[in-house]
Amino acid sequence: MMTTLTALCTFAAVGILLLILAYISWRGVGSLSFRFLIDSPRPVGEGGGIGNAILGSLVLLALASALGLPIGIGVGVYLSEIGSGRLAAGVRFITDTLTGIPSIVTGVFVYAIVVLPMKHFSALSGGIALALVMIPIVARTTEEMLNLVPHSLREGALALGAPQWRVTLGVVLPAAASGIATGAMLAIARVSGETAPLLFTAFGSRFFSYYLDQPIASLTVLIYNYAISPYDEWHAQAWAATLVLVTLILGINIVVRILTRRRF
Amino acid sequence: MSVARTDESLVVAGKWASWRHTLSPTGNLGDAIFRLLMLLVALFVVALVIAMVFALSTDSMLAIRRFGFRFLTSTNWNPIKGEFGALPFIYGTVMSSLIALVISVPLSLGIAVFLVEQAPPFIARPIGFLVELLAAIPSVVYGLWGIFVLAPFLRVYVEPVLARLFGWTPLFTGPITGIGLFTGGIILAIMVTPIISAVVRDVLAAVPSTQREAALALGATKWETIRVVLVNGAPGIAGAVILGLGRALGETMAVTMLIGNRPEVSLSLFAPSYTIASAIANEFTEATGDLYLSALVELGLILFLVTFIVNGFARFLVWNVTRRTGGVGRAA
Repeated sequence: MMTTLTALCTFAAVGILLLILAYISWRGVGSLSFRFLIDSPRPVGEGGGIGNAILGSLVLLALASALGLPIGIGVGVYLSEIGSGRLAAGVRFITDTLTGIPSIVTGVFVYAIVVLPMKHFSALSGGIALALVMIPIVARTTEEMLNLVPHSLREGALALGAPQWRVTLGVVLPAAASGIATGAMLAIARVSGETAPLLFTAFGSRFFSYYLDQPIASLTVLIYNYAISPYDEWHAQAWAATLVLVTLILGINIVVRILTRRRF
Repeated sequence: MSVARTDESLVVAGKWASWRHTLSPTGNLGDAIFRLLMLLVALFVVALVIAMVFALSTDSMLAIRRFGFRFLTSTNWNPIKGEFGALPFIYGTVMSSLIALVISVPLSLGIAVFLVEQAPPFIARPIGFLVELLAAIPSVVYGLWGIFVLAPFLRVYVEPVLARLFGWTPLFTGPITGIGLFTGGIILAIMVTPIISAVVRDVLAAVPSTQREAALALGATKWETIRVVLVNGAPGIAGAVILGLGRALGETMAVTMLIGNRPEVSLSLFAPSYTIASAIANEFTEATGDLYLSALVELGLILFLVTFIVNGFARFLVWNVTRRTGGVGRAA
């Protein structure tokens, strides 16, 4: 009896997931074509595509990774290898709590410190906003991966006379590299679905652009704008863009899962 | 006098020595540089939080000075007249999150119990992964799906039934549109379920198996054993629920697309409402005038402080449980 009930809960959740994925595939496949993937948006009735949004998302993700990954990994190294006592506990607590800060608030913050001084929306501010979302996630997965490295490895290297920085950079980090890489992939997957922090930082654009000081398009903002538009054609394009985005995100998640299955 | 000075310099020297020891226990210069660098990076995260509070406070000062405490209690949000009261947003945020919790807490508990206590590993692993995948779907995609699938479904099949059954309460009255507090709450429930159930799974897994064995040995049934496990993990489960609450409070895109975006306080769950996060998302780029923008930033500040406290409290609860039982917890 109880097992039936709990199993029902579980399969309700899984059912909703499959329902959503099936619906996205069904609606998205119709408008999907090679032209759609490389074209830029056009006025209603003339087709057009999401090429500029895909490029924009890639630029934003590259920026976010370049800024967020080193800092996030650095914090993880500090928490696992260096920090101890109250200070480390405080940093860990703040990092954890930062994970739960709504990304829209991050957007407002970046608007205040980057967009206002620059006086216009820019790809740079969007990248910074995504990086801020990324840092606490990367920090915590890095710490967990470093904690999995056996102590004997560190002791062995130290006993050979290596200073701590060489032990960390030359022995511990390489040993945890694949774990840190998968953590980074998951963080990238997570921020590639972020919309709220981009609304008033990267803002969006209807043209191809890779200039960091100009507004830039992104898949998520495009989906949002098309979804709330009154045009059926744009709704169809929103579904196709969603199919692309969700395939990318779930693809990363599934690949990471397969790669890490042996370890956990 | 001279004695005091020696004491002082001794203290300074001692402090310097302890600092030098913290920076580089081995006395190696490379270590000192490396450790200092990592320390600075870690302090950057702390500075980030301080900078957030500072920037949000300065930019909302105009609204704070103008309205003071009234900002939180006034229901009047009228950008044209320059009147800003946050109560409709606070109400919408709290109510939509409560609806989400009412639905997702029992669901998440069921999922966690099934995956940890009942299902064999070859079922629990892939199914658990699928439930986690729900958390990987972006908010904006939930919004899109909500607009075109969930909202019409609720409008046609669910809300009329609720209105017929519970129409005598003020909660289920008024026109049925499919867009409103109820739909926003349901989409939030779907979005926080994977988060709550994942943490509850960790908490249940951290309950020592001796507890289960003891209960079984005393002749408890399977269900009674599960109750023992749940009671044992209760503080951690509370933490998981509060963590989900924090997520629901700040969730933006899906709610913005489904809640109707009207700054009114209405008892009916079918009525359109507005949340803090969706007000910022909708109105920030359109805000004309410093006071309007400042009021929106103040909304952001409120959301930041509330989610920070809620999350901090939740982490504290979850940590305590996982640390006490020495399961998934790490040395903190």
